Amino acid sequence: MAIDCLVLGAGQEIGKSCVVVTINNKKIMFDCGMHMGCDDHNRYPDFSILSKSGDFDKTISCVIITHFHMDHVGALPYFTEVCGYNGPVYMSYPTKALSPLMLEDYRRIMVDRRGEEELFTSAHIASCMNKVIPLDLKQTIQVDEDLQIRAYYAGHVLGAVMVYAKVGDAAIVYTGDYNMTTDRHLGAAKIDRLQLDLLISESTYATTTRGSKYPREREFLQAVHKCVAGGGKALIPSFALGRAQELCMLLDDYWERMNIKVPIYFSSGLTIQANMYYKMLISWTSQNVKEKHVTHNPFDFKNVKDFDRSLIHAPGPCVLFATPGMLCAGFSLEVFKHWAPSPLNLVALPGYSVAGTVGHKLMSGKPTTVDLYNGTKVDVRCKIHQVAFSPHTDAKGIMDLTKFLSPKNVVLVHGEKPSMMSLKDRITSELDIPCFVPANGETVSVASTTFIKTNASDMFLKSCSTPNFRFSNSSTQLRVTDDRTSDGVLVIEKSKKAKIVHQDEVSEVLHEKDHVVSLAYCCPVKVNEESDESGLIKQMSVKISETVSCADIHESETCLQVGSFKGSLCLKEMCVHRRGMSSSSSEVKFLCCNWSVADLELGWKIINAMKQNL
Amino acid sequence: MELTCLSKGDGFHYPPCHMLNISGFRVLIDCPLDLLAITIFSPVPCDVGFEASAYPSEEDAQNPIQKKQKMERQMSFDDLVCVEPWYKTVKTLHLWEVSLIDIVLISNPMGLLGLPFLTQNPRFCAKIYMTEATAKIGQLMMEDLVSMHMEFRRLHGPEDSSFPCWTKNLDGEEVPSVLKNVVFNGDDLGSWMRLYSLDDIKSCMKKVQAVKFSEEVCYNGTLVIKALSSGLDIGACNWLINGPNGSLSYVSDSILVSHHAKSFDFHGLKGADVMIYSGFSCLQTASPTDSDYISTSSDENDESLAASLLDNEESLEELEKLAFVCSCAEESADAGGSTLITITRVGIVLQLLELMSNSLESSSLKVPIFVISSVAEELLAYANTIPEWLCEQRQEKLISGEPSFGHLQFIKDKKIHLFPAIHSPNLITSWQEPCILFAPHWSLRLGPSVQLLQRWREDPKSLLVLEDGISSGLGLLPFRPIAMKILQCSFRSGIRLQKLPSLLSLLKPKIVLVPDVVNQRINLSAIKTTSILNYSENKTLSLARIADNADVEIMAELATKLSWKKLRQRENFGIARLKGELVMENGKQRLVSGLDQEEDSGKTRPLRHWGSVAPETLLDALMKMSVTGSIEHSIGENGSEDKSIIHLTNPSSGMVETSEMCTTIITDDETVASKIFQAIDGILDGI
Ligand SMILES: [Zn+2]
Ligand SMILES: [Zn+2]
Ligand SMILES: [Zn+2]
Repeated sequence: MAIDCLVLGAGQEIGKSCVVVTINNKKIMFDCGMHMGCDDHNRYPDFSILSKSGDFDKTISCVIITHFHMDHVGALPYFTEVCGYNGPVYMSYPTKALSPLMLEDYRRIMVDRRGEEELFTSAHIASCMNKVIPLDLKQTIQVDEDLQIRAYYAGHVLGAVMVYAKVGDAAIVYTGDYNMTTDRHLGAAKIDRLQLDLLISESTYATTTRGSKYPREREFLQAVHKCVAGGGKALIPSFALGRAQELCMLLDDYWERMNIKVPIYFSSGLTIQANMYYKMLISWTSQNVKEKHVTHNPFDFKNVKDFDRSLIHAPGPCVLFATPGMLCAGFSLEVFKHWAPSPLNLVALPGYSVAGTVGHKLMSGKPTTVDLYNGTKVDVRCKIHQVAFSPHTDAKGIMDLTKFLSPKNVVLVHGEKPSMMSLKDRITSELDIPCFVPANGETVSVASTTFIKTNASDMFLKSCSTPNFRFSNSSTQLRVTDDRTSDGVLVIEKSKKAKIVHQDEVSEVLHEKDHVVSLAYCCPVKVNEESDESGLIKQMSVKISETVSCADIHESETCLQVGSFKGSLCLKEMCVHRRGMSSSSSEVKFLCCNWSVADLELGWKIINAMKQNL
Repeated sequence: MELTCLSKGDGFHYPPCHMLNISGFRVLIDCPLDLLAITIFSPVPCDVGFEASAYPSEEDAQNPIQKKQKMERQMSFDDLVCVEPWYKTVKTLHLWEVSLIDIVLISNPMGLLGLPFLTQNPRFCAKIYMTEATAKIGQLMMEDLVSMHMEFRRLHGPEDSSFPCWTKNLDGEEVPSVLKNVVFNGDDLGSWMRLYSLDDIKSCMKKVQAVKFSEEVCYNGTLVIKALSSGLDIGACNWLINGPNGSLSYVSDSILVSHHAKSFDFHGLKGADVMIYSGFSCLQTASPTDSDYISTSSDENDESLAASLLDNEESLEELEKLAFVCSCAEESADAGGSTLITITRVGIVLQLLELMSNSLESSSLKVPIFVISSVAEELLAYANTIPEWLCEQRQEKLISGEPSFGHLQFIKDKKIHLFPAIHSPNLITSWQEPCILFAPHWSLRLGPSVQLLQRWREDPKSLLVLEDGISSGLGLLPFRPIAMKILQCSFRSGIRLQKLPSLLSLLKPKIVLVPDVVNQRINLSAIKTTSILNYSENKTLSLARIADNADVEIMAELATKLSWKKLRQRENFGIARLKGELVMENGKQRLVSGLDQEEDSGKTRPLRHWGSVAPETLLDALMKMSVTGSIEHSIGENGSEDKSIIHLTNPSSGMVETSEMCTTIITDDETVASKIFQAIDGILDGI
């Protein structure tokens, strides 16, 4: 059995995450994202690879969305409403509640400001979201008879999950985006130790290792503070949800402590509305936030006001959170156009900007002019600050998670090729786990675990429940092994369920008669003249225990027993089991011995020991 | 498996309690308190005005005797016990050794109320599972109970109510039998306990592992336990336990379609090997008549069964009841009377608050709503942060950005006032009558409901809304004569009796255990696919193992590494001796690769043989190994077997004796013996 992992998006890149995994004939689509840096058909995953006829309901068992970022959910309305996928779609409660806001915000930006043709309508978004089945953390959902899925907390943004999927005995985890450390409002990713054939992990920061983020938070606050103290305007382009809340909590708190009166604005009502959702979804935030919420809702920001377009040119300092992030279009870009030429101002870019966006251009090098989308050029004299803490895990976090889960294979997605390649090397060499970095359109196949289902007999199970330790001296160490299971025999009959029986039951199962093979020998032994019968047995017993270690010897008047080996005093004149020697001397007595083939070697050892001083 | 029903409980507030033995583990299901029993105690007297009552004079507090006299004079209920209340737990639970309990499953907040009594015991070491919502709500309910009790003590004053001091006087002949029944109930006083403390609650809750609905938790690698929504209240659940010997479901009082909590989840319960049905509440519904029966012919498919179960007739009825309560409250307010609602069922309170605020909003009446409870603020805030635990309609509200329950805005607009206690400083300033007031406790012995009832009991314009069953017992005794209008509400607290056959036909357990008292009331014989067994309170029912053979899974990788043998006679068979380790993982026995796989692969000598050895064939085989000899046949005499003997001549002397059942190698030459064995092994099949 194999698991096929087809990467439709986010292969060796960041953007339009979409991975289709086939486990024992079930196809699961993880994420259905859009590429924010592309304007053409490349912005969506190439769904045609999945089905030439476009009958996605037959091919795909279910779609699971990990979180509300556009690069994970952006293509979903297109896939369900335009491509016509009608099957189940799963996402967490927060993702279900917040995705429509993100999608609607993005749709509006694209259509209103960039004058683009509509990719999907508001009605599409609404009817798409109607198909979504909400997931709770750790809830085990039976998608169909064979496919089981479960979500784990991923940190990153509110409602982000990692997804475990299992078909038969084969299981995988797709991480989506995750964060291994706690931040202002979210906890760290948390997952059980699972048995996995494959782990598909994001790798945004595949080579970065970050220290504590407090100095980086301080850097950000100081950069903003310095800007407004100098009378400048600080622009923070961000998406409606996620980073905006985290940074705003940070600023609001800092403003209080430093008693700063400079206004903090939100560009649209969206974020205020989003705070409402955050309050209801408080159980998905960090422990710290949860504990405080009854007395004080940390999303009730004291210094935050709504922004009005006329304020763009108003004099005096301010801080503005404007959508969308990455300066890819829309209002944030418009404000940027006006504010970028002044050296007093600041643009703080939170998190990753995908290639092709203005945000990306600002981060890579220090451009003096930037081309906007329609040929407009803007002089950039303002300061640029890249917020150095991120809701993505760093390389250490990816290694830690991989080590913790110890999957049989790893696939890396959602990263930049060079750093993914070096992380791949680390995973292969340090953890000894095969690791793959497929490009878009490529499929990785790995073997999957299967278990053979059997019925075990009572006798076998009973013998397994009593310990059967064996001690052996291998090299210098005493080893203890417990091979209870070796008394068991697996019996497979064509077209029947396999059986496990105890070795004593095998012949019965096969409708055969047992045939016992044993050895026999009437062994001559030398005795002291004085000693009587029981003295002889005692004498032999001592001899045996001298040569055969760990032997458990049972003695009685006229016989002794070790395992299946039985020796009893032979008084017959002409015993048929005697070889070579007759009872010529009175010093020689005979022990009639027999033992089963199971104790073949043991038997000879005992015989040789008894014969020794003959 | 063994089941002992320790108590069948009594409705919503006193869920049943069971002890289960499964795969060798002892599981306690629910640990409730019989809070109706505290009606034998008299409430704190209070004939003074409401405002003053909040601050009892020093004298009052320090002179219980004087107070008692006052009370006796004032009320005609000398019979009630006038001490600080004790609390009644499940009687027979105390007969079990605490340290032998392995697992405790708590199905709903009411099932949690008695648990601190158990966890107080230093020998308690069981693992406790309950849903997150049950843990949260249950903890708030316990804290509220403790806070009300402390308040009672504050008002009642210090008094020695040491056990069994207060029961001493209850033995007399003049004591009413109704009281004696509650107290002694089978001559066992061990079930009465002094209330636990806040610290006890805290340390109890520390031991809890909270789960989500449908989360699989594994106990000791052996039992996989899953909570499935029962619909009874927020967080309430049924249980599914999967073990190596099959699956077992525990289905308690459930509500199929709820308007607040997540509805009954029947998908996960389907097809269990054993189902324990403990929905005793169905006994409180009327016996079904013939026409009530929903046909349960076996050809009916699951969808139509589910549809017949999930019709919303009942839930609409429930909504009507809630609306009726609201309209009665409004009527009273209209006439200038206040309404005291003593119902404390979380779901009902949340719905009533929402309904009342909405209907007051749309009417011209300006009546304030008060909620007085030490935990009201936290509980109401909590209710709006748990969409995952609520019914679909309320989940939809989250999606459209509305709060799950409508009280939030009304609290902000100061139409609903929350106060932790009746003596809260701001209560007097915002106090206004008539009003609508929600106050615990439903037993009318503790909490602000006592004082308010005393305040309004003589007002015929006022309305008292009670939980079911309170007015029939001792409940109202201390407040008589009572002029208030009384509305006693019985809200749904389980599946209706006549729906039980459909439920069983839908869930299709192989065996179902039904309380005998339920089976006596309804004919379940029409269900052919399930065998039905009865159980009764305080008797242990044992079930033999369900599956014939236990399942063991073998890792395919390991199976390919075994040395497989083809059998001479039977081509359809493949056999192999096992290797590896037998482990218990997630309730499954699995054979996985052990640590020392490669090393012991040398020992492949078969240990068991079958078939027979023809002496000629053996001699031929020996010849090929350059061992020679001759055959002698001997016919068995007087019953002994036929046997053949091969006398070996070269390389050394020896013998092989063979008969149908056995072969014996007789020689003193080790190498020859090995050769002979090899030859025999080549002729026989073996493993
Ligand atoms: Zn993301
Ligand atoms: Zn992403
Ligand atoms: Zn002999």
